[in-house]
Amino acid sequence: MRVLVVMPAWNEARGLAAVLRELREVRPDVDVLVVDDGSADRTAEVARASGVRVAVLPYNLGVGGAMRLGYRYALAHGYDAAVQVDADGQHDPAQLAVLLDGLAGPDAADLVIGARFAGAGSYRARGPRRWAMRLLSAVVSRLAGVRLSDTTSGFRACNRAVMAHFAAFYPVEYLGDTVESLVGVVRRGYRVRQVPVAMRPRATGVPSTSPVKAAVYLARAGLVLALAVTRRLPAPPPGPLPAQAASDAASEADRVEAGAR
Amino acid sequence: MSLSILTSSIGIVLLTVIVELLRRHRLREKYAVLWMAIGAVVVPLGFCPRALDRVAGLVGVASGVSLVLFGGFVLLLLVCLHLSWEASRLEEKTRTLAEEVALLRVAVGEAAERRAARQEAAR
Repeated sequence: MRVLVVMPAWNEARGLAAVLRELREVRPDVDVLVVDDGSADRTAEVARASGVRVAVLPYNLGVGGAMRLGYRYALAHGYDAAVQVDADGQHDPAQLAVLLDGLAGPDAADLVIGARFAGAGSYRARGPRRWAMRLLSAVVSRLAGVRLSDTTSGFRACNRAVMAHFAAFYPVEYLGDTVESLVGVVRRGYRVRQVPVAMRPRATGVPSTSPVKAAVYLARAGLVLALAVTRRLPAPPPGPLPAQAASDAASEADRVEAGAR
Repeated sequence: MSLSILTSSIGIVLLTVIVELLRRHRLREKYAVLWMAIGAVVVPLGFCPRALDRVAGLVGVASGVSLVLFGGFVLLLLVCLHLSWEASRLEEKTRTLAEEVALLRVAVGEAAERRAARQEAAR
């Protein structure tokens, strides 16, 4: 199985080298695409020096924009599975196997989510943020028909079917990259399940703890959810995307070039 | 009576259009909040256009209708200002994109030249 790890990175130059090094040591078999989401620091340079493929966006699009680029790349280059991994080091590369296992086997799913609250690890949230996560989890679980306790997890693996869906529809709005994209997958009828994973404290950056921010988060989460559930579903993924043709041309050119060498 | 029929039906049409645009992904979340709020104010006002008369008296405006006109005008000015700001941002972004495309064209051209040179050398 050809697996692509898509890593959206925005101003992550500080910790990125260590994250990529660990990923390569643990999983030398997977390809990595770092999407530099319009960073102002040396993120792209650091990633290139680590020997992974880098796509640089000319300006910041948000996680959703970076991820849709990643899924289009994965689709166009014929990967069987794409895994989203954060660049801040909170996702343990050793857990990739757990996620990928969920895509295969008798009760295989199209999208596997690495969930923080499902037993493993010690991640806890409090106050309005916790209520927001509870609300999101309750509504999405009901829609999906299976228990999904961590809807905002950015650690997920998908197969080609969902890859094609994400390549066409991946919201860039606030919480859209996690919650709305998940609701879209569920409403389309793809099979979703979660596996418990332990997450580590972030290598860089600190989570916000202000109660006002948490309350705003709760309100916005409710709005995003209401929109995600009532919005019309976008058209199902079409045949090959324009990027496919472009990439076919590119690989053709590569072959010609390789032949010339 | 006929006034409230006119205003309430316009209010409902407005709200329907807003909700439908949202559902079709034609409006993004950040605009959705603004337009939903406007809809939520406009529709009740449409059903009883005289409701603002007392508030108007409090702030020294002769009638509720004038207050609505004034408020609506200020709001539209703000919306225009916001759209101008968005347009400026978008122009800046398309400019960056155009530069990016030009740089890519140079890179692709150079790669093609190198390839041609290599093929020439191999022959």
